[in-house]
Amino acid sequence: MASVVLSEAEKLYILHGVQEDLRVDGRGCEDYRCAEVETDVVSNTSGSARVKLGETDILVGIKAEMGTPKLEKPDEGYLEFFVDCSSNSPELEGRGGEELGTDIANTLYRVFSCENSVDLKSLCINPKEHCWVLYVDVLLLECGGNIYDAISIAVKAALFNTRIPKVRVLEDEEGTKEIELSDDPYDCIRLNVDEVPCIVTLSKIGYRHVVDATLQEEACSLASLLISVTSKGAITSMKKVGKGSLDPESIFEMMETGQRVGKSLHIALQKILDEEERLGTSRPKVGFLG
Amino acid sequence: MAAVTMRLPVVRAPLDSSAPRGGEKHLVAPGDTITTDTGYMRGHGTYVEEDKLIASVAGVVERVNKLVCVRALKARYNGEIGDIVVGRITEVQQKRWKVETNSRLDSVLLLSSINLPGGELRRKSAEDELAMRDYLQEGDLISAEVQSVFSDGAVSLHTRSLKYGKLAQGVLVQVSPSLVKRQKTHFHDLPCGASVILGNNGFIWIYPTLEQKDDEAGGYTANLEPVPLSDREVISRLRNCIMALVTHKIMLFDTSILYCYEASLPHQIKDILKPEVTEEIVLEARQRLLDLEG
Repeated sequence: MASVVLSEAEKLYILHGVQEDLRVDGRGCEDYRCAEVETDVVSNTSGSARVKLGETDILVGIKAEMGTPKLEKPDEGYLEFFVDCSSNSPELEGRGGEELGTDIANTLYRVFSCENSVDLKSLCINPKEHCWVLYVDVLLLECGGNIYDAISIAVKAALFNTRIPKVRVLEDEEGTKEIELSDDPYDCIRLNVDEVPCIVTLSKIGYRHVVDATLQEEACSLASLLISVTSKGAITSMKKVGKGSLDPESIFEMMETGQRVGKSLHIALQKILDEEERLGTSRPKVGFLG
Repeated sequence: MAAVTMRLPVVRAPLDSSAPRGGEKHLVAPGDTITTDTGYMRGHGTYVEEDKLIASVAGVVERVNKLVCVRALKARYNGEIGDIVVGRITEVQQKRWKVETNSRLDSVLLLSSINLPGGELRRKSAEDELAMRDYLQEGDLISAEVQSVFSDGAVSLHTRSLKYGKLAQGVLVQVSPSLVKRQKTHFHDLPCGASVILGNNGFIWIYPTLEQKDDEAGGYTANLEPVPLSDREVISRLRNCIMALVTHKIMLFDTSILYCYEASLPHQIKDILKPEVTEEIVLEARQRLLDLEG
């Protein structure tokens, strides 16, 4: 992970600040930085979203393609994640970025492994033969701390924005099946993202934990807990990162904070997505030229 | 109570530029023609094509008699003798430290150019060389002055004064070097309760004002006591104000930071970084600065 080097005195300053609930930029321990979310930024994808959380900039593109279902789940489609971090600092180019990328992709697989996060049965066209495969590509444009949270917000926004064309399966006399695409380009199915979880990263700094750590705060924290929370507050997966240790009591506290913060995160995100949907084409697209 | 705010992005319009500015600057973008007069000598940031002098960087045209050059607006720090810089130690080498100062090459701090703790003045011996890491380690922040510039552009620093040396608790803000205004002094004790060092290289250090002014420490003993909450609030607010000024490309000097601080007092510290609040306080600060000039 791209990290900054800090002097001991700077780390001490940040630590004492967190203990008094006043971080370097004036936020409390449970406040997020102001996030900017925009969907439908890439035109040749089925769905896309761009999230800017402080300095962190994430772009997610989803392409829906037809494939064969997995053997153990013949009546469901599936998601494939791929994360690319190469547009960052030189240390993340080539093999360095690959390690971080696979790490993030594995975390996303784990988060979405919960059965009802995405309705995979709706992605099935023909059991055992055809199904929709959603290729989710995540691009890390700029790393400014807290990339997991930003990525999960972007993935949820992109899934909300995904439009999969409606297909019909026609069977003729010989038994060969033909797939027919609907003529109307606006005739498509949307995914229900109510159960899609978002990741909340809680970084332990001193005796307290903070949400949405900047790069400097991440350099001060020895251990972090990644919790994926649904909009109803249910925790779907948990992962500990960092070389420090966590006390079981502090893990319980962090889980409670994660649930609370996760619910607020979902409410804020859904509000913004609904507002964008409501404005529709009347909103001027900003994209990358803002 | 968790606070999560999200918004849709808006095209950021430049600040209302109706205020008259004294002395129109000649701004150019790469590829713009500066002049078609062939009598000029070309300096940095320009090239000649088909008898025209064309800019190769985005910046301000500077003319000195017959020499025309373009000073880039977004560039790495170019050291000049006498500048105050804030730097971070990246390497400890045999008789010197390598310091990162946002320039093209790492700056150099020679062992012979530092003040020893306690202010002693003596020739550095072999033991001092072995104990270099006790004075300054990788990651430490220092304030120093530029002593000389090598032929390749690398800068040589010195901390041979009791006001320079290792920095203790505080906050570092990194901005573009072109936004820091050149002034007589770069160490300011702001009346709001914090002190600030405006490094010419774009590194700005905000720290709580030290009570005792006696200089026996020589800048090496770090005060590791927790900073009181009131000082922290001032430092956080100053940090956010500087970020607000940088977003709108206002020159940074003690008066502009102070005006921005005073304009931000009605708002909560964490609200200062919201786009609409940023614009409001920067406009107010800019208005006061123009009134001061006029």
